[in-house]
Amino acid sequence: MKKRYLVLLLILLSFVSLFIGVTSISPIELFWFNDQQAQIFWQSRVPRLVSILIAGITLSISGFIMQQLSRNKFVSPTTAGTMDSARFGILIALILFTSASPFEKMIVAFVFSLAGTFLFMNILDRIKMKDPIFIPLVGIMFGNIISSITTFFAYKHDLIQNMSAWLQGDFSMVTSGRYEMLYISVPLVVIAYIFADRFTIAGLGEDFAKNLGLNYKQAMNVGLAIVALSTTLVVLTVGMIPFLGLVVPNIVSLYRGDNLKNSLLDTALLGAVFVLFCDILGRIIIFPYEIPIGLTVGVIGSGIFIYLLMRRRAYA
Amino acid sequence: MVEVNSVSKLYGLKAVVDDVSVNIQKGKITSFIGPNGAGKSTLLSIISRLISADTGEVLIDGQKINETKSRDLAQKIAILKQSNQLSLRLSIRDLVAFGRFPYSQGKLTKEDHKHIEEAIRYMELEDLQNNYLDQLSGGQRQRAFIAMTLAQDTEYILLDEPLNNLDMKHSVQIMKVLRRLADELGKTVLIVIHDINFASVYSDYIVALKDGKIEAQGTVNEIITSLTLKQIYGMDMSIQEINNQKICVYFS
Repeated sequence: MKKRYLVLLLILLSFVSLFIGVTSISPIELFWFNDQQAQIFWQSRVPRLVSILIAGITLSISGFIMQQLSRNKFVSPTTAGTMDSARFGILIALILFTSASPFEKMIVAFVFSLAGTFLFMNILDRIKMKDPIFIPLVGIMFGNIISSITTFFAYKHDLIQNMSAWLQGDFSMVTSGRYEMLYISVPLVVIAYIFADRFTIAGLGEDFAKNLGLNYKQAMNVGLAIVALSTTLVVLTVGMIPFLGLVVPNIVSLYRGDNLKNSLLDTALLGAVFVLFCDILGRIIIFPYEIPIGLTVGVIGSGIFIYLLMRRRAYA
Repeated sequence: MVEVNSVSKLYGLKAVVDDVSVNIQKGKITSFIGPNGAGKSTLLSIISRLISADTGEVLIDGQKINETKSRDLAQKIAILKQSNQLSLRLSIRDLVAFGRFPYSQGKLTKEDHKHIEEAIRYMELEDLQNNYLDQLSGGQRQRAFIAMTLAQDTEYILLDEPLNNLDMKHSVQIMKVLRRLADELGKTVLIVIHDINFASVYSDYIVALKDGKIEAQGTVNEIITSLTLKQIYGMDMSIQEINNQKICVYFS
């Protein structure tokens, strides 16, 4: 039932998203575009919509996978240092190869975000205090440490301005030729679906997984690689979108449960709808100017995050 | 048959399991008893390949477990560890369905669904099967986990303190199910259990461990004697025969 509404909402919002902007393009003109309108439509509006959808879907699914593998509801690419590590990787790529191609940047950033995520998971293993609220705090601190290292080196190499472009997610910079890398995430979603059962079983614990003959380490590695790569792609093309991977999976978990195979489609739909909604909001609030997506998602997302934390306390 | 041949496990310098050899009979319930820290749970984990032994070997139906593929073992032996504290919201049915993972690898067949239905029925969970695990009482949750183990359809079922945190009614219920598994389905059940009277009333064989070594092993009648129990637990117990069952009285 709920899925049907989400699909409807997604189609509706997608439609709205295509026809909002400084240059007025109305749906009626769709077939009689003049040159300028066609150019804006195909080079800006469509890429923007596609990147919103992909970013919303992959970050939400990444969050779900992370929460299962870490067995903690509050771990996500934002609260585990994954995004900050990816940004650190981008900086290193910029310093080492001054004119790095987007693909080189992606590889280096991917390696860094993967390493950062593994490091955080290792820290998690060693933490004796398993308070579910304590873990994301450690993750946020960890992310901030990496972020400050990034700032330090960016300052030394005069790249502060460059780096701040990746600090706050912004879809207005997305135009054709600058976002296509995001398509690499599409097969990742398919892999996530194939591995869904394995992630959930791994989330039941190592002994549990071993009993069922599951290769626990492999499931863990595949999961974290999916998370690191899709996060990297979003940070590179759009910038950081905080709290998305945290809020969406938690809401889906409330009404669909944690069996990833059952919840994957809902997570993808809700993630896309949520980002789309925030983006449209950011585009109309101070029209004709824009509020970047990192800010709108950040404000709404952190609000929901606080609510989830309080709710958790009430239960415990 | 499960053969354990001079298995040892060291944590640091301390041998938690110390040169243990034991054979487990098919189709029977074997209980592992002993004081805290005797190495019972560790031994069970070694038999089920959750942890590896430092020396010695474990054979299941003549096959060494460290030379058998984990997926093949998962179709032969199932283990349920104590305290399954879950942070995941799963329905009973989803959990039980995971018991079929060694066979289906995620794609459930008709055969798999049949086993899932059977396991749910066997543990009398039909009415609850769509409830989430975090909405259940301790006894219901334990039954759900045992149902998953049943769906795994293994010949050997290992349970580490299955009665932990259960009240008397649910304890009896679980033990009766285990008895039926051995008697009706011919399963081989190994349990670690603290309540000596449950061990006495429901097991076929008892293996007593102390300080990582086997202190005594044999049938219920051989083990449940004042003398043997004094050796194991270091306390006096009087054994009373009630309805042909040996009951240990140790409360004063």
